[in-house]
Amino acid sequence: MSTTEQRRKAPAGERVADWADGRLGIYSLAKANMRKIFPDHWSFMLGEVCLYSFLIIILTGVYLTLFFHPSMEEVVYHGSYVPLQGVRVSEAFNSTMHISFDVRGGLLIRQIHHWAALVFLAGMFVHMMRVFFTGAFRKPREINWLFGFLLFVLGVFTGFTGYSLPDDLLSGTGVRFTEGAILSVPVVGTYISMFLFGGEFPGADIVPRFYSIHILLLPGIMLGLVVAHLILVIYHKHTQFPGPGRTEKNVVGMPLLPVYMAKAGGFFFLVFGVIAAVAALATINPIWDFGPYRPDHVSTGAQPDWYMGFAEGLVRVMPGWEINVAGHTLVLGVFIPIVIFPLVLIAIGIYPFIESWVTGDKREHHLLDRPRNAPTRTAFGAAWIAEYFVLLIGGGNDLWATHFHLSINSITWFVRIAFFVVPVLVFIATKRVCLGLQRRDRDKVLHGRETGIIKRLPHGEFIEVHEPLSQDQLHTLTAHEQPRPLELEPEVDENGVARKAGAGQKLRVKLSRGFYGEGSQIPKPTAEEYQEITSGHGHH
Amino acid sequence: MSSQDIPEESLPSTQGAAHQGAVVSGEDPFADPGLPPHEHRIQDIDERAAKRSERVVAFLFTLSMLATVGFIVAYLAIPVDKNIYVFPIGHISALNFSLGLSLGVALFCIGAGAVHWARTLMSDVEVADERHPIEASPEVKAKVLADFADGARESALGRRKLIRNTMFGALAMFPLSGVFLLGGLGPKPGTKLRKTKWSAGKMLINQNTMQPLRPEDVQVGSLTFAMPEGMSEEDHDFQQEIAKAALMIVRLRPENIKDKRELDWSVDGIVAFSKICTHVGCPISLYEQQTHHVLCPCHQSTFDLSDGGRVIFGPAGHPLPQLQIKVNDKGYLEAMGDFPEPVGPAFWERG
Amino acid sequence: MKKLSARRRHPLAAVVVLLFALAVTGGLYAAFAPASTAKADDSAQSLAIEEGKKLYSTGCATCHGIGGQGTSDGPSLVGVGSAAVDFQVGTGRMPAQQPGAQVPRKKKIYSQAEIDQLAAYIASLGAGPSVPTKDQYSPNGADIAKGGELFRTNCAQCHNATGKGGALSNGKFAPSLEDVDPKHIYEAMQTGPQNMPSFPDTTMSEKNKKDIIAYLDAVDTKKSENPGGLELGGLGPVSEGLFAWIFGLGALVAVAIWVAARTAKAKKS
Repeated sequence: MSTTEQRRKAPAGERVADWADGRLGIYSLAKANMRKIFPDHWSFMLGEVCLYSFLIIILTGVYLTLFFHPSMEEVVYHGSYVPLQGVRVSEAFNSTMHISFDVRGGLLIRQIHHWAALVFLAGMFVHMMRVFFTGAFRKPREINWLFGFLLFVLGVFTGFTGYSLPDDLLSGTGVRFTEGAILSVPVVGTYISMFLFGGEFPGADIVPRFYSIHILLLPGIMLGLVVAHLILVIYHKHTQFPGPGRTEKNVVGMPLLPVYMAKAGGFFFLVFGVIAAVAALATINPIWDFGPYRPDHVSTGAQPDWYMGFAEGLVRVMPGWEINVAGHTLVLGVFIPIVIFPLVLIAIGIYPFIESWVTGDKREHHLLDRPRNAPTRTAFGAAWIAEYFVLLIGGGNDLWATHFHLSINSITWFVRIAFFVVPVLVFIATKRVCLGLQRRDRDKVLHGRETGIIKRLPHGEFIEVHEPLSQDQLHTLTAHEQPRPLELEPEVDENGVARKAGAGQKLRVKLSRGFYGEGSQIPKPTAEEYQEITSGHGHH
Repeated sequence: MSSQDIPEESLPSTQGAAHQGAVVSGEDPFADPGLPPHEHRIQDIDERAAKRSERVVAFLFTLSMLATVGFIVAYLAIPVDKNIYVFPIGHISALNFSLGLSLGVALFCIGAGAVHWARTLMSDVEVADERHPIEASPEVKAKVLADFADGARESALGRRKLIRNTMFGALAMFPLSGVFLLGGLGPKPGTKLRKTKWSAGKMLINQNTMQPLRPEDVQVGSLTFAMPEGMSEEDHDFQQEIAKAALMIVRLRPENIKDKRELDWSVDGIVAFSKICTHVGCPISLYEQQTHHVLCPCHQSTFDLSDGGRVIFGPAGHPLPQLQIKVNDKGYLEAMGDFPEPVGPAFWERG
Repeated sequence: MKKLSARRRHPLAAVVVLLFALAVTGGLYAAFAPASTAKADDSAQSLAIEEGKKLYSTGCATCHGIGGQGTSDGPSLVGVGSAAVDFQVGTGRMPAQQPGAQVPRKKKIYSQAEIDQLAAYIASLGAGPSVPTKDQYSPNGADIAKGGELFRTNCAQCHNATGKGGALSNGKFAPSLEDVDPKHIYEAMQTGPQNMPSFPDTTMSEKNKKDIIAYLDAVDTKKSENPGGLELGGLGPVSEGLFAWIFGLGALVAVAIWVAARTAKAKKS
């Protein structure tokens, strides 16, 4: 259908657009954005996984609020699940049971909501790591990195408050832990606890309070951050991997209309479809199995959802230090883990700022780094992930014990040691791997690709045939820059006057050497080296 | 599908075999060759292939419609409490399974159709968009700074210090009212965390039978949970009180009790310890009757019940509190007072 | 160095690395596995079918002593009652294959008739709980919901809310109760095998035990209903998290790769 035909038959669409343009200026907006370019790469869709699962969570969450009663009033359960009939439960638990067993489709929506939450957090984790390892957080995207980081942190707390709402035995145990952790805070711990719970644990206020935090406060902030995050993505335009024709000054890919409209729009349905299928096939948080919360009941295997698992690990492996001084108790065994908990997150959150301080780089970066070309950053990220997983092992130590026939005490000791040792080992190993890969790139550029074809020369020598790289590949493998480490200015200037460098500057230079000094990067081949080799004695 | 079945003559000539905008200098062997030329997909040159793609997309969209119909039928037809056996998942809710799968298929097919459409039928020519620096040009910056200076001068904020200072004062003070409003969130701690429902003369009620316990009921190696006499699940404060008063009763051979005070506070080896972990308050009760150890399922703090509830492993910082018990004249076990120290997690004022 | 990098490309290099990794894993496992006091006792596999005492003296006396008075390798059996024998031998725990942190359940090697004979012999050594009758342990007519509450009060802390089992200290564990014979569950509560505390009738009535068995029968057998779908081991958030990562995010990444991949190009051949 040609455009002229469309205009003659259906001018209504255009008229509506005209009306809107007169009030909102949509034509100008569309001019800049309708054919906006998005580069194709699967890892660039991870953020969309997060966005879409967030939307799914909001949609299903609204449905759940139609049935859920955030009250801790005690009632006797009379629903259709036989093994709990006649048991005293809270209104919150009762209505969650009602959703699960008596509302048509209620169980499905509950399961989609919870599965989507796990996928949301997992997606944010992987998305954040993608951005981290490719250096996509560099100028001008530092603020967007912070927005994303905040979304992850807020997502963790939104998830935790939601997990606590049904007031079942598992979540109640988690809330009990929260109370114990708050009590350990020096000086004000008991006050915060009394204020949060509206009195003594468990009281009757914590579910309604968590409810308004879970459905209003945190998601409201997150929604705002998501919008800001997206606006900045569009404003900055997407980053891209280096390659032929891809420069710092352009962005190469497919236009929003129509390709990405279809791809990204379609991806929403794909994500929703996969999560709905997962919710049809696998149960999540079966509160009827756990039973209602009672402070004197507990089930073994009491863990939080995965994203809180590292905090659980910290708490489980911490030695029980407690100091009593002058009538006061310092509960280090609990307080140290709850201090380290945010520090673990902050470590990854502030890394971009440390890096930009060390490098002193003030330029914009739109071409992504290949992780191997930033060995220190990659090693730091890998070490951080390793730390995270060590703590996850700690958080699930009882299941490791039962499923691998190990002693829970040995696992705890393993995690206590690994907490300090593993990140260091992973850091060193990753850095070496990166350097090895850099060396390989260098060899590839200078000597060509190993073809695996063995040739026998007339004088009997065997050689492997190397195939020279194409111009595209040569460019791609050498497009990265290799910064030089900072130098300390001489301590004594030319006039013999002593000039002290500040401690900050000294540290910066030291770090810079660690980042970019010898042993932290393999010099990429220069044009001269290349020409010497290629012009000289053939290639092998 | 292979590309072999396409006659070579039907392939349009690729637009300029050379790279677009390529600047390959003889000097730099690594120079950017520019965007590679666009290559055609089968669908671009073979109308039959394009038709096939069109049919696949239409099929996916149709499948989605059918799945939605299936969803509606399932919603209306399947009873909410019907269970079916699905191998290998198990006995599951028929409604959840059918609604979830039909919804999943309906959504997935829309997405798959759209993406297949985009991938095979929409243009796949890569386009390059220019980037522009984000920073403003020096002229713009100068203009903004000048405007700001004008505005600041006209407001006279810098000159009229009295206005400035009082305004900052007012703005800084008013949030305090909000902070004070939060004071209503809960009561002061007082001694709430130090007291439980136990007091002298209260009998130990077995939580299984709801009968008071006698010493002869409790055998060596057994484990029993008790609450104070006079408490009932129906009480409005039951949850708060059981969170502190829950009690765990075991019987050891008196010769196995290493701690002297523990022995003194027992009745023929029957000892009563708080069930609330001193770490963060989980009900600790994984009692190993041969080792007399009790383990917390939440964070694996391990206590030795034959040695005054001492911590032998894990993150707990102090022993489990013991309740002193005796046999009353009717032959039942009863408490001789409250716990001597606060039960449960430690806190700043605990001392 | 040169040699090493050359051999790295060997087709078997991956296999060698894999074997090495397996060896390291195995070594680590051996290091962290709960210590067993060695001394494998390949218990007598005697098939002598006589009355209990004969069975006992060939199969049990090595560890538990000639008259059941116990030795350093096994506790005294005087006064444990026939229920304990029926449980330990009937679930295959006894005779123990090798001493370790805990004697696990395995295939039983005595027939029920032999077990009854052994039980009768042990019961004659001293009074103790006797094997329950079918009437006592059958879940019929019991209160499932009450059983659930009792289970959460007394059992779930070790065995998990639906009896999937859990870890205890130093390699010991509370076994899964899935599809365990109700009689054995009753006997375990009655006698407190190994490190499990006992729940005698004086503190947990016969009715209580019947309710607990009925609850387990409802939630922890192969025919138990899991309305939501795959039970994922009934282990809670850890297995849910793994599932969300592998099948949730994993599937979505696979889909994303498809969405972003370039479509196949027609090539001049």
